[in-house]
Amino acid sequence: MAAVVALPAAAAAPSTMAFEVVGDAIPVALTAEPGDPVRGRAVVAGRQVGTCVLCHAGPFPEERVPATIAPDLHGVGDRLSAGQIRLRLVDSRLVNAETVMPAYYSLDGLVRVGAAWRGRTVLTAQQIEDAVAFLSTLKEE
Amino acid sequence: MWRSAWCRALALLLATLPAGAQEKRSGYDDAGPQVRAMQDDDMANPAFLWVRQGEALWERREGMAGRSCADCHGAVEGMRGVAARHPEFDAARGRVVTLEQRVNLCRTDYQGAAALAPESDALLGITALVGLQSRGMPVAVEVEGAAAAAVARGEAFFRLRQGQLNLSCAQCHDGLAGQSLAGSRIPQGHANAYPIYRLEWQGMGSLHRRLRACLVGVRAEPLGRDDGLLADLELFLAARAAGLVVETPGVRP
Ligand code: HEC
Ligand code: HEC
Repeated sequence: MAAVVALPAAAAAPSTMAFEVVGDAIPVALTAEPGDPVRGRAVVAGRQVGTCVLCHAGPFPEERVPATIAPDLHGVGDRLSAGQIRLRLVDSRLVNAETVMPAYYSLDGLVRVGAAWRGRTVLTAQQIEDAVAFLSTLKEE
Repeated sequence: MWRSAWCRALALLLATLPAGAQEKRSGYDDAGPQVRAMQDDDMANPAFLWVRQGEALWERREGMAGRSCADCHGAVEGMRGVAARHPEFDAARGRVVTLEQRVNLCRTDYQGAAALAPESDALLGITALVGLQSRGMPVAVEVEGAAAAAVARGEAFFRLRQGQLNLSCAQCHDGLAGQSLAGSRIPQGHANAYPIYRLEWQGMGSLHRRLRACLVGVRAEPLGRDDGLLADLELFLAARAAGLVVETPGVRP
């Protein structure tokens, strides 16, 4: 349980927890507590939480006009492994340096961050794991 | 797989597209028919409530000097062209001055009156009134000579990825213009209609208020009203809008 207790502090600390990149994936979960897909849906679909639906369409009927900026998240659990999804959430610049997708678990290279958000990653390690668990359930019917 | 490869190619292309690669479109062109109809008809455009306040202020004697705008400038129609060339580099002051700042410099220096408060009905009204005199004229700011360095600083800020979400103005307004961001269409981000009446605000707002919303949206530090960089950015935006006409006072969703 010690790792779990450390999590909220990790998000508030100036640097994030270490993780290992293998190829285009982070195969090992960031937290000891397994991701929860129900909480993960709230992270991904929450406009102010994950902010994902600003750019991505997906199985989110509550978004009446789907975003058109980024790939549709339908079926992403078929296209990518959990580790590949994890890397794209942690820091998608590691896949494409020019991406417009924010790095959700990295403070690298950020400038002029507003006072309310300074020194904090967009998501906590547990929120990343919850989102990965949810996205892995998105299979093409 | 094809999908993510395609998207990556697209994202790369968008990130590298220069400004002006697309046809220039005002926010008016991206707004819905109701919003456009409101802007087209001065009787339906709520911004004219502010313009009327501006007209009263134009004639009112104010400050220690007891002079009105009209006492120095005559009829407000004489202001034609002023908004089209602002912001402008003010050689005497050695910096870029926006139209709002110009009005307040007249207040403090020539009328001996207090500067009008940011986002006050009075300041929005007088800038809307002065802006209206240039309506239909092409935006034409001076970008050569002493202004060049300021334009370059404004452009660098426009291209800077910033905030917790690490996005630049250019990524959204050059690269992603026309796309749907959370259901609203991203405009090219031209500033040729300010101050505007915005339905979402249910009120009038300055360009500073608009820029603040974009910066807070990416969780960045907003620019202070007196920050020279704000004026530089506003000058760059005007230079970037060259070819579009002044729409003041605009209506936006
Ligand atoms: C500002 C826009 C933006 C936001 C916000 C955003 N993304 Fe993305 N995302 C993209 C783009 C663009 C790509 C395409 C890959 C690239 O940029 O190289 C992408 C790719 C992905 C991929 C890979 C998809 C595939 O089919 O290969 C996943 C998974 C993903 N995003 C999930 C998320 C999640 C979950 C969130 C929120 C926590 C999120 N994104 C927020 C723009 C965004
Ligand atoms: C994540 C996307 C995004 C970023 C980054 C962004 N904007 Fe915007 N901007 C928008 C959207 C969307 C609108 C339309 C209004 C709305 O829906 O809030 C807008 C509106 C505007 C407008 C008003 C256009 C009109 O027709 O009235 C201007 C000017 C503008 N932005 C400038 C900027 C500048 C300068 C920056 C950087 C400091 C910036 N924006 C950063 C998304 C963005």
